[in-house]
Amino acid sequence: MSILAVLQHDGQAWHRMSWETLAAAQQIAAELNTAVSAAVVGTAESVAAELAAKRLERVCLVGHELLAPYTPDGYSLALRQLIERLKPRLVLFPHTYQVRDFLPKLATSFGTVAVTDAIAHRVDGGSVLFVRQLFQGKVNVDVRFAAGEGPHFASLQAGAYRADQLAPASTPPPVEKFRPELTASQIRTRPLDLFRESQRAVDLTAAEIIVSVGRGIQEAGNIGLVQQLADALGAELGASRPICDAGWLPMERQVGSSGQTVAPKMYMAIGISGAIQHLVGMKGSRTVVAINKDANAPIFEVADYGIVGDLFQIVPELTEAVKKIR
Amino acid sequence: MKIIVAIKQVPSRDAQLKIAGSQRWIEEEDLAYEINEPDAYALEAGLQLQEKNGGEVVALSLGPARSAQTIREALAKGAARGIHIEEDDPGAFDALGTARLLAAAVANEKPDLILTGLQSDDLGYGQTGVILAELLGLAHATIIMQVEKLDGSIRVKRELEDGWFQHVEMPLPALLTIQSGFSKLRYATLMGIKKAKSKEIRRLTAAGLGVSSKPSILLDRLYLPERTKHTQLFEGPPKEAAQKLVEKLKFEARVL
Repeated sequence: MSILAVLQHDGQAWHRMSWETLAAAQQIAAELNTAVSAAVVGTAESVAAELAAKRLERVCLVGHELLAPYTPDGYSLALRQLIERLKPRLVLFPHTYQVRDFLPKLATSFGTVAVTDAIAHRVDGGSVLFVRQLFQGKVNVDVRFAAGEGPHFASLQAGAYRADQLAPASTPPPVEKFRPELTASQIRTRPLDLFRESQRAVDLTAAEIIVSVGRGIQEAGNIGLVQQLADALGAELGASRPICDAGWLPMERQVGSSGQTVAPKMYMAIGISGAIQHLVGMKGSRTVVAINKDANAPIFEVADYGIVGDLFQIVPELTEAVKKIR
Repeated sequence: MKIIVAIKQVPSRDAQLKIAGSQRWIEEEDLAYEINEPDAYALEAGLQLQEKNGGEVVALSLGPARSAQTIREALAKGAARGIHIEEDDPGAFDALGTARLLAAAVANEKPDLILTGLQSDDLGYGQTGVILAELLGLAHATIIMQVEKLDGSIRVKRELEDGWFQHVEMPLPALLTIQSGFSKLRYATLMGIKKAKSKEIRRLTAAGLGVSSKPSILLDRLYLPERTKHTQLFEGPPKEAAQKLVEKLKFEARVL
């Protein structure tokens, strides 16, 4: 009846969202009056030691030579065997790119669907509901698991839970090694080289002020308007994904989960609605300013200051106002 | 190369959404719809592969009658034919139910490759493609930026976090979920639109496919997110609002 948190370690380092997931598992377990086990693919001593310092019922190290490098076949087969053995009621994951790649397959093998990218939970009559975002963050929804003992699966959005609320162990949990049964022929994909596209000429992470432009700019020819504001502010120009996808600005200027993660003194979002993929890349900024025509755009969720209106009218006025004051 | 591209019609990105009285979904009346953006890139990927390697692209969609328009647009861009699983209430199916419908619809198609967008702009589960691969027993890869056909296999470029990528090889048949920005999207030509009118769209139903909706997760209640942060908004004419904002940035936030 317990909760299993499946964490992510790439052989060198933890994925930072692992600790958020573990903190979430502890919170939910406390509310459901049950215990948390943690599992991770990897068997390094340091991995075991770090996990054993947390308040857990059990630590499971899943090890097999066919699990490195990562493949969706290998991970879902291995975790399926682990889950069948431990029989948890709820299995939690960080919503990382890797989890997105194998979790739907794993859940399907149990005949169920995972609640992915959850931002919060609620315990209601002994069962747990997860809160998700729909329509790119414009609407929230409470998602309930249909009746049944589980296992139920959910993955948690980056930043939804706080890693610093993780409870330490009073007595170290037992560490168990689990070797799944895997054969080479079960693994159909062959992962090759890891690479970065190009040396980044622009390091947005070093910028004190970033002015980012999104879909609201409508066409490439209008970006100059935002560039002028960035120049007046002495800021770097950033962008949301669609702008870089369209080739209007180079990929190296992209802020978000697939681009750079930034935390400048000021982040100004111009015509960016604030899909979660963008928000995770900038919500650590000290001051966030949003200019958007839609008062319900999710960017206003994280904005300290904002103007609701037509960016084509507002941005030139902002540029003028900045020039006057500087 | 026979390529099936699973596409979905979703409310357009600019749509002002209202929660339905039942709180189970949004108010659908008067909404404009369009192809789910990542699916548009999946279609583009399929068309490019077909142009390079021959074969055909089949557009597959689950949705109410209005979804036929999205299939028609895919045909106008170059898909050879369409399959429409017509369901008035696709929301009755969760991602597994949807994938079961899609799997049943393509059971006799024997595609080399199935493509779909990495997630939908409405529900955003990001699961249907991977589930479909599991149901059909296919190898898969997600968040794909490039596809290259080799002899009996493919080599793809997968996007990872923080600007990293990875090449992955896998045997065919396979399923890929395509990332937005895969390539520039094409427009339908006048000739394409004309040709699309005579292309076949096969209509199927859930009942006909023998798939019933037994969701394992349920949307309990939709609501607008509560604001957790107090945003100071500046109103008035643009000039006035801009001046007020800049003053605050200088004297209150002290970032200028």
